[in-house]
Amino acid sequence: MSSRTRWLLPAGIEEVLPENAAILESYRRKSLDLFASWGYQLVISPFIEFLDSLLVGECEDLNLQTFKLTDQLSGRTMGVRADMTPQVARIDAHMLKSEAPTRLCYCGTVLHTRPETAGGTRSPLQIGAELYGHAGIASDTEIISLMTTTLHASGIKQILLDLGHTGIFEALVNTANLSQEIEADLFSMLQHKSTPDIETLLESVECSADFKTAILNLVNLHGSSNILSQAREQLKIGGKELLQCIDYIENLSNALSTRLGNTKIHYDLAESRGYHYQQGIVFTAFCANKGDELARGGRYDNIGETFGRARPATGFSADLRRLITASDHQTTKSSGAIYAPHINDNNLVTTVAKLRAQGEVVISGLSDNANEAHLAGCTRTLKNENNKWVVKDI
Amino acid sequence: MNSKITLAISKGRILEDTVSLLERMGMAPVEDLNKTRKLLIDTEDPNVRVVVIRATDVPTYVQYGAADLGIAGKDTLMETQGEGIYELLDLGICKCKLMVAGRSELPDPGKRLKVATKYVRSAQQYFAQQGKQIEIIRLYGSMELAPLTGLADLIVDLVDTGNTLRANGLQPLEHIEDISSRLVANKASLKVRVGTLQNIVEQFRNAIEES
Repeated sequence: MSSRTRWLLPAGIEEVLPENAAILESYRRKSLDLFASWGYQLVISPFIEFLDSLLVGECEDLNLQTFKLTDQLSGRTMGVRADMTPQVARIDAHMLKSEAPTRLCYCGTVLHTRPETAGGTRSPLQIGAELYGHAGIASDTEIISLMTTTLHASGIKQILLDLGHTGIFEALVNTANLSQEIEADLFSMLQHKSTPDIETLLESVECSADFKTAILNLVNLHGSSNILSQAREQLKIGGKELLQCIDYIENLSNALSTRLGNTKIHYDLAESRGYHYQQGIVFTAFCANKGDELARGGRYDNIGETFGRARPATGFSADLRRLITASDHQTTKSSGAIYAPHINDNNLVTTVAKLRAQGEVVISGLSDNANEAHLAGCTRTLKNENNKWVVKDI
Repeated sequence: MNSKITLAISKGRILEDTVSLLERMGMAPVEDLNKTRKLLIDTEDPNVRVVVIRATDVPTYVQYGAADLGIAGKDTLMETQGEGIYELLDLGICKCKLMVAGRSELPDPGKRLKVATKYVRSAQQYFAQQGKQIEIIRLYGSMELAPLTGLADLIVDLVDTGNTLRANGLQPLEHIEDISSRLVANKASLKVRVGTLQNIVEQFRNAIEES
């Protein structure tokens, strides 16, 4: 690398400059304080650990997203975390071992081998909350409400909540005898709503005409709540299991209706976003006027099993960096920093300490340069009047 | 977010068919695309505007959300990596085939084949499925020249009538994929602007069913 390009950062890796860093940090503090006020305890998981413990189940997508290296001490493969949720699930299952519902939250940098969206970051600042030990509407409602409250607190005014359920696709494929490979292809095509590809694929496999119709209907089952009744009609072959999933979505959105305020709900029955460990309800929050994805989450009841104890689990996470671009943050105009002249005086030292304790920003002068206050961006200065140091506008 | 829906369409091979489809839907661009120098053009539908860009750029515009909808060939979509895009309809226009072509005498199977193409991803995938390790040579045009000059053993390219191949002493050898144009949508747009976009998708569906 020539010295001219020494400053260059790898693709998808970025630094945050003072103005945005201040906003980012204020979001981080606000969110963690909010989580704490809902009873979520902060945990700090390791940035790097053995690969085996980072990967849960047969989660190939998470494996591909994880940076790996060899541990010089043990010879084992280590991974840099690509997602903190499995780590927190492990903390709950293996370390805390509580029987009661456990509420945990976290915030930290994760690393991805490839950006999740075109042009996106490879190093999101993941923040999230997870609720363990309760299966059902009440915990999902709590997590989704906490998510929308967090987003509102970060200055996102209009949120669109996208709801789906992994059980719907499962119930449908259980009625057909597809090979694992075909099922995986079908799943991926469904995530792209690719009707043409699905038609071609279904032509080449042996399955009932009812199954084909149901899968093709599933692609278009997204929109407002009226698609739920359509789904009950069009996806009949999924049987009782499928109807239960739709009932669950309906009950959840009823429970949410009193809590969501102006958040709109969009239903998408083909959607199973996120990592493959998710099972059950899945949801994504979008910024309704800009169309950015803000946060996502869902239920993942069986992750804990990998670490010795299966526990019901639901949670959400967001990339704090992404919130900055989506939110309409107003930089609150502070009254500006105060300049303390470069003078050795005990009175001045105590005055500066007192002002700082009051929350003022005081910048100490380093030289006698008259222009220093201006260069440091100060709007006020300390002046000695009758042996008392007072704050004056510049 | 712009209140109008932005539809990205491609210059070149598929422009003519695309425009005649849009005309049938009452969504024709208000200016002649062959004459105007504008790249962002209103249509007869007051809710829709089009951007006219290179075919390979259409998936990018849609992925980034710079366009809500796009019309792109399956060939370019197969080369696109990443999330953020829905592939909603096969528009059935601009049909052709993605094929392996070469000289009639097959190259020596004992050596690693050199394949010239602009469809790097599709070619790699296809030959891997055949169990063949190949060397890709990325070219941007005039693929037919590569086997003639000894640059490559085979090419992977779109074949319509096959006339260009034959004129250069080449012939189509293996069929990789049927290609046609697809209607694609930005994932977030389809959810956030669901009503408007579903209407437009429905219009496309009706237009292709009529024809």
